[in-house]
Amino acid sequence: MRRLFLIAVPYIWLLALFLVPFIIVLKIALSDAWLAIPPYVPTLDLSAGWAGLKDFFAGLDFENFVFLTEDDLYWKAYLSSLKIAAISTFFTLLVGYPIAYGMAKAPDEWRPTLLMLVILPFWTSFLIRVYSWMGILSQEGYLNQILMSLGIISEPLIILNTNTAVYIGIVYTYLPFMILPIYSALEKLDASLLEAAEDLGCSRFSAFWLVTIPLSKQGIIAGCFLVFIPTIGEFVIPSLLGGSKTLMIGKVLWEEFFSNRDWPVASAVAVILLLILVIPIILFQRNEQKQREADG
Amino acid sequence: MRRFSWFNATSLTLGFAFLYLPMIILIIYSFNASKLVTVWAGFSTKWYGELLRNEAFLDAAWVTIKVAVISSSIATVLGTMAAIVMVRSGRFLGRTLFSGMIYAPLVMPEVITGLSLLLLFIGIGLDRGVLTIVLAHTTFSMCYVSVVVSSRLVSFDQSLEEAALDLGCSPLQAFHLVTLPIIAPAVISGWLLAFTLSLDDLVIASFTSGPSATTLPMKIWSSVRLGVSPEINALSTIMIGIVTIGVITASLVSKSNVARQQREERAAERLSAG
Repeated sequence: MRRLFLIAVPYIWLLALFLVPFIIVLKIALSDAWLAIPPYVPTLDLSAGWAGLKDFFAGLDFENFVFLTEDDLYWKAYLSSLKIAAISTFFTLLVGYPIAYGMAKAPDEWRPTLLMLVILPFWTSFLIRVYSWMGILSQEGYLNQILMSLGIISEPLIILNTNTAVYIGIVYTYLPFMILPIYSALEKLDASLLEAAEDLGCSRFSAFWLVTIPLSKQGIIAGCFLVFIPTIGEFVIPSLLGGSKTLMIGKVLWEEFFSNRDWPVASAVAVILLLILVIPIILFQRNEQKQREADG
Repeated sequence: MRRFSWFNATSLTLGFAFLYLPMIILIIYSFNASKLVTVWAGFSTKWYGELLRNEAFLDAAWVTIKVAVISSSIATVLGTMAAIVMVRSGRFLGRTLFSGMIYAPLVMPEVITGLSLLLLFIGIGLDRGVLTIVLAHTTFSMCYVSVVVSSRLVSFDQSLEEAALDLGCSPLQAFHLVTLPIIAPAVISGWLLAFTLSLDDLVIASFTSGPSATTLPMKIWSSVRLGVSPEINALSTIMIGIVTIGVITASLVSKSNVARQQREERAAERLSAG
């Protein structure tokens, strides 16, 4: 009895507020837009009984998905989201690895403080962290002021409202997700392996390539997925730092819903986005599984 | 891993400068007297005064705190229950679906979670406001709580609970007297995580709230879309300050807890040795 209660309460909550809403999205993605409230047809008329159910299913079709393939805005937005996510994941790795490496090599008594300094931004508002770059990157912003007063540039650089600003924003906000898994992989690394490599004639640099990098591979993979997966559907960063030319699917979905008020198309966009995300999520799960097996 | 070289020192310095400079600049310029945010015109706290007189911001702050406290508390109860189910309950009908529903919200893009909940609330005719934001926030943050708590439950020695049952505790007593004190740190960090997630959330709140309820992130959003503003800088500084104090206090408390635990363990060892 007690066990049933324990299982039932969270189960029913998740069914009602996670699974059912998702089924509604699927259903609306197959409906047609209609000028009414709610703005789509068909709606399920339970009082009509079996005939109502039959009408309901007859009214569903894949028209919205066909529309997504016909209007090139959508597939361009999906591709551009994937491209932006991939490029920024690469830069996050480039910035994050040396930091994780430095932390792993730092004296023992520094490590708790360094770790806290990496985690602290996690707890600070995401929105504020993105916003803080607006003042730095704008045309009369701090970066341009410094570069011009140093005489490096004579004309202000245009960074805000371009894809470059989006990359900077993503690297900045997702950096802790990259640092932490790499750090935990490097921390476990046995220093005697590096000494052995050097004793056997490796230079420091090739020891790094041949020993450190392969042994921290799991951390690198985990970090990359942790940055790549959430960036694909990112909305705040492209809207605040990106320009009108920055195409990302999260932003398209938002505008489809709030500006165009086309719920069926917005739902279809959401369904495809999830289908795209399934592949990296499964790969990430596999990597985690492998990691757990390796740890025993 | 040894050999802390100049290279490591430089990468750490540059890395942490990158992480912290934007926030430090934000804090410094929140004390700027000028309305033009990028031009320094002397020290002033006037934007803080403006902020405290701004009713709309204060209202939004109140809504946000209310939503965060209620949703994180419900999420902690539900998430802890879900964690116990996942770790302890063995097999039951629909277990795969259950764990799927626990992990899926963690990777679900916020725009999709928000959209699907909004469509549900409209479908069942629920008026959008504080209640709907609370429901939405509880749903995604309970999954975070259950992940945090279940990682503690996995490493927990179940024989302690069995001992309590053998000694005549009822299952509920055993949970209160043995299990709960041991998993308490995880439950507390789960609550804190749920609380901050709720405070932070812009996207899901925008989808699920109606005209009657505006949260602080929604208010910040509508103001920063027009550009950098000195009032938002002041507000950000206050929020960064609260978080910093909170995190430092939490780490000091856990440090002293660890130290006390080590002292007690050493004392116990001396006793058993003597």
